[in-house]
Amino acid sequence: MSKAKIPTNVLALGATSAIAEATLRLFAVRGARFFLVARNPDKLNAVAGDLLTRGAAGVATHVMDLDDTSAHPVMLAAAAENLGTIELALLAHGVLGDQQEAEASYPAAEAVLGTNFMAPVSLITWLANYFEASRQGTLAVISSVAGDRGRKSNYVYGASKGALSIFLDGVRNRIDRSGVHVLTIKPGFVATPMTAHLPQNALFATPSNVADGILKAVEKRKDVVYVPAFWAIIMLILRTIPRSIFKKLNV
Amino acid sequence: MAQSSKRPRFESWGRYPILQADLKLLNWTGDFPLPNPPATRLLPVGAGRSYGDVCLLEDGMLLQTLGMDRLLAFDPATGVLRCEAGVTLAEILDFAVPRGFFLPVTPGTKYVTVGGAIANDIHGKNHHVAGTFGHHLLRFELVRSDGTHLLCSPIENQQWFSATIGGMGLTGLITWAEVRLRPIVSRSIDYQGDKFVGIDEFLALSQSAKAEYTVAWIDCISTGRNFARGIFMQGEHAKEPGKLKKSGQPWLTFPFDLPAVALNRFTMSAFNMAYYHKQIPKQKTAKVDYEPFFYPLDSVLHWNRMYGKNGLLQFQNVLPHEGGREGMVEILKAITRSGLASFLAVIKFFGDVPSVGMMSFPKPGIMLALDFPIRPEVSFDLLDRLAQITLECGGRMYSAKDARMTAEQYQTFYPQWREFERYIDPSFDSAFWQRVTGRRPLDE
Repeated sequence: MSKAKIPTNVLALGATSAIAEATLRLFAVRGARFFLVARNPDKLNAVAGDLLTRGAAGVATHVMDLDDTSAHPVMLAAAAENLGTIELALLAHGVLGDQQEAEASYPAAEAVLGTNFMAPVSLITWLANYFEASRQGTLAVISSVAGDRGRKSNYVYGASKGALSIFLDGVRNRIDRSGVHVLTIKPGFVATPMTAHLPQNALFATPSNVADGILKAVEKRKDVVYVPAFWAIIMLILRTIPRSIFKKLNV
Repeated sequence: MAQSSKRPRFESWGRYPILQADLKLLNWTGDFPLPNPPATRLLPVGAGRSYGDVCLLEDGMLLQTLGMDRLLAFDPATGVLRCEAGVTLAEILDFAVPRGFFLPVTPGTKYVTVGGAIANDIHGKNHHVAGTFGHHLLRFELVRSDGTHLLCSPIENQQWFSATIGGMGLTGLITWAEVRLRPIVSRSIDYQGDKFVGIDEFLALSQSAKAEYTVAWIDCISTGRNFARGIFMQGEHAKEPGKLKKSGQPWLTFPFDLPAVALNRFTMSAFNMAYYHKQIPKQKTAKVDYEPFFYPLDSVLHWNRMYGKNGLLQFQNVLPHEGGREGMVEILKAITRSGLASFLAVIKFFGDVPSVGMMSFPKPGIMLALDFPIRPEVSFDLLDRLAQITLECGGRMYSAKDARMTAEQYQTFYPQWREFERYIDPSFDSAFWQRVTGRRPLDE
């Protein structure tokens, strides 16, 4: 596979997430221009200042709650107008949720599915049509290894990410032929504020490790990337375990 | 999100003492004050590269700032960088060197945070001309646990500026700072090494040295005619334009704890001999990269594992010029007599610039820094002896490198501690501060 040109006009949705921020820094030192979207204006300003200082050619910010799907088209149109052409869209917002709470109450499960699946579906629908029409672009979406197989410890989160991965497979199948690169990013455990309450172990990667993997996958136009790469093997094994055995495991 | 409830064995770089504490990661300058503050005391910690217990707090909560790592603004016309307090000096170098700038003051490791550099008012090989890190700070923000935000500079909240520089993290959380970087045209350092034997040759070299950076390595094991031999090292940033690319990542990690016996008098004696004879002529000049000149140990990650599980003790003091020569000779003799070998001994003249910080360590005189593997029976006695000599000579010791000073010793070194105490955040405390105010006993 030949290396593609690194996109310079970047739309980041959920720009204050630790993985997004680490990834955006790699584009900033290459002189990219950004349209950043997140909910908290103070955090958004800090990220914008950091990217500008590191070498970004320009940074625009847009404060919104991405769960509000009705506000997506206005925000996306503003991003397209600001950047001229969106060359890369990075979808990075998401919540881990609380599995026990989600088991006990449907509203808690619905909230996880809304943030991790329904909101991305709304964004991806608009972006897929935009990229298809402009016959270019990279749509990079952060899913998760948790979406590869349902486990009792986090199947609500896992289902939201699994659904997202399947949705992206379909979108890719539709628009890849129009020259659009659809990248499904599957991080394993990453030491971020989202996982700060979990006991950390040797499997945990840093956001900057993950960002390096994402940049490489964008350059190489990969379809799916596990970051760090060893997760591809772990998940292959996990997916291969027969259901009759899997259902008895404590994973 | 559930709050962190794990109780890690948080280790300082010296790995002594080891105290349990909760760890709370701060990722944004707005994360403090905590929405649900714990009942325990708090202490900010950066990279944890100070050696003793200044960054520890038993049964408290450590607020780790490494996630506050954003560069907020840089003005290439003035060299002023504004950044969050968890940014490390290594990250600043990666950013600044390709733009033709360098740290105004750097310690012997680049893996410390800006917050830690302020809290310990660090110094470097250019102390005699540049003073401490505090001299190059334009301003910073201090957030107190009651939610007060104080913008501190030499003209605004001046007393808080002074109390926080060298204030060991006790005055509140430093969220961001503005520091003035210095221009360079090359990564290279014009280096000169002069071998010396005896403290008088060291003093003569120090007095005549013209370079911006000076430091000497000194052999603390050899006796007789090799007593106090060493290499006096000088450096200047190269004046002709050269490479300005950023450094590579270190690829060596010290993989495991060496058994405690591995560093002994014989292995260290061999090391000292090899180090002394590495330079063959009496004087040598060379062009060297800044990495090995400033950070010879940073190329091996986790080098503290070399000292084994027991960890290491540091000793760093300064003696006034008046009587300093005799004091240093007495200290070196006490070390050779103890039979404890010091691996990395460094001696230097501090300059006359008064520190900005109320509790800063540097003052005019001769500075000595040593480290010892921990053998409780011998090393604790020796450290106490060295502290007593320092006391008798009217010197003082460095809190960031100490795990053994008594309350009485500390309070004599820093008589202004009572005044400083008024600036301590009521929710903050540290194991070091408990010890030097007599609230925590030393283990025997």
